[in-house]
Amino acid sequence: MPRIRVEVDGETYEDDVEPRLLLVHYLRERLGKVGTPVGCDTTNCGACTVLLDGLSVKSCSVLAVQADGLPVTTVEGLSLDGTGDHPLQQAFHRAHALQCGYCTPGMIMASLDLLRDNPDPSEQEVREGLEGNLCRCTGYQNIVRAVRSAATEMRGREVTS
Amino acid sequence: MTEIGHARLRSEDTRLITGRTRWTDNLTPAGTLHVAYLRSPHAHARIDNVDVEAAKRRPNVVAVLSGKDLAEEQGALPCAWQVTEDMKLPAHPPMAVDEVRYAGEPVACVVARDRYSAVDALEDIDVDYTPLPPVVDMEQAVQEGADLVHSDMGTNASYTWVFEQGDLDAAMRDAPVVLERRFVQQRLIPTAMEPRAVLCEPDGSGPTMDFTLHSATQIPHILRLMLSVVTEIPEHRIRVVAPDVGGGFGSKLQVYGEEVLALLLARRLGRPVKWTESRSEGNMAAHHGRDQIQKVTLAADRDGIIKGLKVELLADMGAYLMLVTPGVPLLGAFMFNGIYKMDAYSFTCTGVFTNKTPTDAYRGAGRPEATFAIERLMDELAAELGVDPIEVRRRNWIRHEEFPYDTIAGLTYDTGNYEAATEKALALFEYDKLRAEQKDRRERRDPVQLGIGVSTYTEMCGLAPSRVLGSLSYGAGGWEHASVRVLPSGKVEVVTGSSAHGQGHETAWAQIASDRLGVPFEDVKVLHGDTAVSPKGMDTYGSRSLAVGGVALYRACDKVVEKAKAIAAHLLEASEDDLDFGGGRFSVRGVEAAGLSIQEVSQAAFAAHDLPEGVEPTLDSDVTHDPDNFSFPHGTHLCAVEVDTETGFTKIREYVAVDDVGTVVNPMIVEGQVHGGLAQGIAQALYEEAVYDADGNLTTTTMADYLLPSAADLPHFTTDRTETPAAGNPLGVKGVGEAGTIASTPAVVNAIVDALRPSGVRDVPMPCTPERVWTALREGGAR
Repeated sequence: MPRIRVEVDGETYEDDVEPRLLLVHYLRERLGKVGTPVGCDTTNCGACTVLLDGLSVKSCSVLAVQADGLPVTTVEGLSLDGTGDHPLQQAFHRAHALQCGYCTPGMIMASLDLLRDNPDPSEQEVREGLEGNLCRCTGYQNIVRAVRSAATEMRGREVTS
Repeated sequence: MTEIGHARLRSEDTRLITGRTRWTDNLTPAGTLHVAYLRSPHAHARIDNVDVEAAKRRPNVVAVLSGKDLAEEQGALPCAWQVTEDMKLPAHPPMAVDEVRYAGEPVACVVARDRYSAVDALEDIDVDYTPLPPVVDMEQAVQEGADLVHSDMGTNASYTWVFEQGDLDAAMRDAPVVLERRFVQQRLIPTAMEPRAVLCEPDGSGPTMDFTLHSATQIPHILRLMLSVVTEIPEHRIRVVAPDVGGGFGSKLQVYGEEVLALLLARRLGRPVKWTESRSEGNMAAHHGRDQIQKVTLAADRDGIIKGLKVELLADMGAYLMLVTPGVPLLGAFMFNGIYKMDAYSFTCTGVFTNKTPTDAYRGAGRPEATFAIERLMDELAAELGVDPIEVRRRNWIRHEEFPYDTIAGLTYDTGNYEAATEKALALFEYDKLRAEQKDRRERRDPVQLGIGVSTYTEMCGLAPSRVLGSLSYGAGGWEHASVRVLPSGKVEVVTGSSAHGQGHETAWAQIASDRLGVPFEDVKVLHGDTAVSPKGMDTYGSRSLAVGGVALYRACDKVVEKAKAIAAHLLEASEDDLDFGGGRFSVRGVEAAGLSIQEVSQAAFAAHDLPEGVEPTLDSDVTHDPDNFSFPHGTHLCAVEVDTETGFTKIREYVAVDDVGTVVNPMIVEGQVHGGLAQGIAQALYEEAVYDADGNLTTTTMADYLLPSAADLPHFTTDRTETPAAGNPLGVKGVGEAGTIASTPAVVNAIVDALRPSGVRDVPMPCTPERVWTALREGGAR
């Protein structure tokens, strides 16, 4: 079995894994990082989106061995101590951008990647940028609102910091 | 500030935005075994043999069992709704034994140390099937000599249910305008984002073994009872927990074979067992929704006044009757008349077996189908008479001064104001301006035509008065339970029998309790979704939570205040009649300084040193509330679409929804429910369909084939409200969970047909894909 070394949410893990083990199963079942859920297993829904080496990936379609040597960020590592104070997490809360919340971790992680590419997206750009993440509860309107509001907040932080 | 009516941000969110959630699949107690199911690749086949020996020899495999191995103990899955005395109800084994009747039906299972080993071992199970002729078309299924889904029944018709009121024959005979239409409600897959999952932990051994079953379910209480009935494990030995549940939309209002089998496997193996479905398993084997063929006939006079309505339905049950399968289309029986007055109505529905996944409740359950038919017919009537579709509705709807109104379908609509909602919607939509643009585009023969669709809907929420359910032969009541405990420290626990899975009860219920008890919102904790915590309940579906469960809580709060008042009066040495209660404080009228807070009363009730005669210690209450009537949200939805007549592509340009859901506890949550409802209703109109091939194979088994709309597919919605409080409950609430879904589908299809009407198009079958729109144009143009 190959040995991998992965930094997940700032902690380093070293494990022997089956070559076929999916990254999401490695996170959930080996590391106990169950904050990242699985919604479809065909890369359509995006619920399992995490950042791998800073870019969003659907972790149901990446092998754990592909993450070897790379940093992984999940929704659990987004804010300090998991307090949920990241501007995107706060914006989702304030804009009522979640109902059942199952898509939320993936939606937030995909939004983070989107905002890194485009710090000031239009409504249409958010809609197209999140096309790979499905939500069944919200009709997306409040998600779009949340992402744009987080964008404003995050732009402000960059200017001041 | 009063909490009721306040857009309070949700308490639930903290755990959901940080990933610190308790989805069922997140839970893995020590020693947990993982289950995987082998499912039938055939729509219909005899099982000649299942050989599990090779699979048993694989590493990490603990057990491999076929349906035959469990035949003695697995019982039959329940159907709680015997809609007619002679309804055909086939036995439905959790795991198929002799015959499979839909593709995806479980045939055998592997229990292994891990998920991967369990799935691997499925490869080594060898099943001999003899294929039987599949029944895939419900219209053919009810023809003489059709192949049978259940050969011992001699027919594919499960039941025929009839409702008649008034002299429909006379209405049809005398009416100058008679419109007959055939609409197809395509089969849909509810698709909650969280797949089904179940974990069962045994405790102890032998006949006193206890079980804790976590499941992604909407109905922990009903599930517990039903699991006990099916397995004969005593009810008090089963605890069901619905932890965080990732959406349901009706799909988790079910007693699934996999839940029964989790219990049986845990009992057999004495270890925790867990199963989580893959999305394709879910698409094949979690129940589907809709799937009706509707023949509807509307009679009217030359002024467009409706005289009568005839509804003839075929409803696809799929292969078996599940929890409320046969009753779902019948909920529509009371809704086909919509918001309109008429003298005669008849409704006939035949439930038909096919070799497909069973159908059951999906958001709206019977009401979207009915609303679609009547709202499509109203637009057709308007077109037939050359009258504006708003005007034809106005001539027929119940005027606000006519409430309460006894409808032709036998319901009493308590309140409503269709005029007000419609006026507001027309103004927001800029109706006249869009009509002018439509005229212009028509005259210019613009290849992109504009269509405007109207939907003035009502629906029945707050399922349901128990006596009504009894009269419909439903197997249970429609009450809900709440209890309120003011703890010794003055903090408050609210227990509800309603089981939220995204609706925000933890916030809204705390708002109600905060208001009624005069305690801070932050001091209230809402407990739900666990039969060991919430002693009784009828769970969450049918837009019932607030209208029934919320009212139970309202009453439970008042009961606590009543008890507290007696104690306060005693302690203050005043008469109860002289006490006022407000802002969480009892005060003696006219003596400003004399008073006690509800927290102080709670402390006194806990200490119990000095209570009035006959008053029990502790400050708490229990209420089981049975509603007197349904509640009837209504509203007006307007949709403008641009249809490219060259490609058939439809784009929603404007969508305005004005809903009247009565008093609103949390407007933010209400708006969110409307948004989500709209998305699902629009999805039925434009995108989604569960497709079977001629052999009965589901071809939409993944999200790549079954098209859930993404953010890029949906428009920005304009939503607003009118507020006519429900008369049937003290909160004045009606329910909002399903309204958007019910209203929006006909608004969109009406808009598409409106865009194409000049080309001779009178209908486009759903989902109105570009190909279907294009085809309708070619056929319409040829007429």
